[in-house]
Amino acid sequence: MTALPTRSLEAWRYTDLRPLDAMSFAEAPAAPLPDDLPDIGVPRLVFVNGRFDAAASSTLMFAHGFATVTEESDLPLALINAQHAQDGLTLEIPAGVDAGVVLLISYANGGALHPRHRISLGAGATLTLLEVIKGEGVYWHNPVTDIVLAQGARLAHYRLQNESREAFHLATIRAAAAADAAYESFTAVMGAKLSRAEFHVELTGAKAHTHLNAAQLLGGSQHGDFTSVVRHKAPDCSSRQTVKSVLSDAARGVFQGRIEVDRVAQKTDGYQMSQALLLSPAAEMDIKPELQIFADDVKCSHGATIGALDEEQVFYLRSRGIPEDTARAMLIRAFLTEALEPVTHAGAHALFEAAIETWWTGK
Amino acid sequence: MLEIKNLSARIGDKEILRGVNLIVPDGEIHAIMGPNGAGKSTLSYVLSGREGYEVTGGEAIYNGQDILALAPEARAAAGMFLAFQYPVELPGVGNANFLRTALNAVRRARGEAELDAVAFLKLARAALKNLSMQDDMLKRNVNVGFSGGEKKRNEVLQMALLRPGLAILDETDSGLDIDALKIVAEGVNALRSPVFSALVITHYQRLLDYIVPDRVHVLAAGKIVRSGGPELALELEARGYAGLEAA
Repeated sequence: MTALPTRSLEAWRYTDLRPLDAMSFAEAPAAPLPDDLPDIGVPRLVFVNGRFDAAASSTLMFAHGFATVTEESDLPLALINAQHAQDGLTLEIPAGVDAGVVLLISYANGGALHPRHRISLGAGATLTLLEVIKGEGVYWHNPVTDIVLAQGARLAHYRLQNESREAFHLATIRAAAAADAAYESFTAVMGAKLSRAEFHVELTGAKAHTHLNAAQLLGGSQHGDFTSVVRHKAPDCSSRQTVKSVLSDAARGVFQGRIEVDRVAQKTDGYQMSQALLLSPAAEMDIKPELQIFADDVKCSHGATIGALDEEQVFYLRSRGIPEDTARAMLIRAFLTEALEPVTHAGAHALFEAAIETWWTGK
Repeated sequence: MLEIKNLSARIGDKEILRGVNLIVPDGEIHAIMGPNGAGKSTLSYVLSGREGYEVTGGEAIYNGQDILALAPEARAAAGMFLAFQYPVELPGVGNANFLRTALNAVRRARGEAELDAVAFLKLARAALKNLSMQDDMLKRNVNVGFSGGEKKRNEVLQMALLRPGLAILDETDSGLDIDALKIVAEGVNALRSPVFSALVITHYQRLLDYIVPDRVHVLAAGKIVRSGGPELALELEARGYAGLEAA
């Protein structure tokens, strides 16, 4: 097996995988599916311990069987995934088709899981993919998702990462958007003992667009790493990124965001904002924004803030009769609002709202 | 009835209130005037329970209850309301959600039934109309991008909905043009009743042309140094605060 990356690599400076390296994962026993899986009235595809569960899944005409993986990048986790991948979702939406909403559920309760998902949308096709990722106990989930969007295609990709608090979650998501295509994504990072969501988005055609938002809600000693590389390879493309982290107890959040603008990518419009709310003195946030610009007519901005809840605002709410806990929850919810903007589907939005509410009240 | 007895308070090592005595009976509106730095805003914050102020002596009794021991939200539930001099902006919090959450929290604490969204909207729209405010005020984020006048009107809107028994208006007139001032004053006057009282804190007499007080008190160097009828405000306007500290 390819070795796990170490902190000596710049891309892994803030996330230490030695706790994962020290573990060994036995093949997971057959897991009964939990009965509290979300249902938002759309077709669902279910993976249990990395394997497709046909009995629990809807029949979808655009879903196909798994094909062997060849990995062309040198990303260590994608290489490891390729060496072990045995299953995964393959969705191919033909040109011009609006495929509606699909719910992808990943559930695990043990083992090392290396699913390889592939999603491609033909010209002008649209799809909303809502991923709900959860589990129980100790396991390692190392999914790779490859997304190809043809001209004018639009994928809304929402991920609720709510893994077991004892699990390791290291996801690699790669998307390529052709001219006028849009990759709109939002990830809620709430679960896992240690997690990383690593996005590589390439805007390959003129006027391609991406939204790459995230909300990390972490407590206890959780570690959450959100890493993104957005590459503008064509003119007139835009990228928007708002990452909000709420960290309590001794949780640690990481945001690394790089925007690369090729020489040909004139009129690039890039925006990146990372904001963190530390609810405890022991919480920690590391932010590393990077801009690499080779074109001369671009608009790129980035910003980062780290702070605590504004006690003036808390007092204002309390002075109106709102109990302190509710006041703090309202302000945390307000802090996350901007990150949730790409989530335009009402059912998905409600699901995230409920998860955020549960996170707060479970504190 | 609000009874403030020998109330002293400080911020850090700095004594701000040095034995304030004041009684505001139900149904009355009292004005507190005074020079800058006299402790007017400190008095309003101590009464509403803001952190950072240490009460070093005395008490404040509202309707028989020692309010200084209560959390800010419990004071609101008991019927107190502070209209802020500088209303706080809450980005990401919709005004309607804020108002309804506050109203229902207070109603719950008072043992009243909560209002559903429809009943709340009906009530809020009527209150907006009375204050010459547009309905879109409910959709905006709390005080975000509001003009000075809109912020103050939003304070009066909250007051109209929460229907406090005791309102403390901290320099509500600051930053208001005359039209906004009249609307705010009308909002306060509309609440006048035998069970409503108010403490109107102001630097200038102007507001008191529109909210006519039953009594006027002068706060200087942390103490009430003079009390009188509405004519005292006119006298202060003419002569200024000079010399009052020595009184």
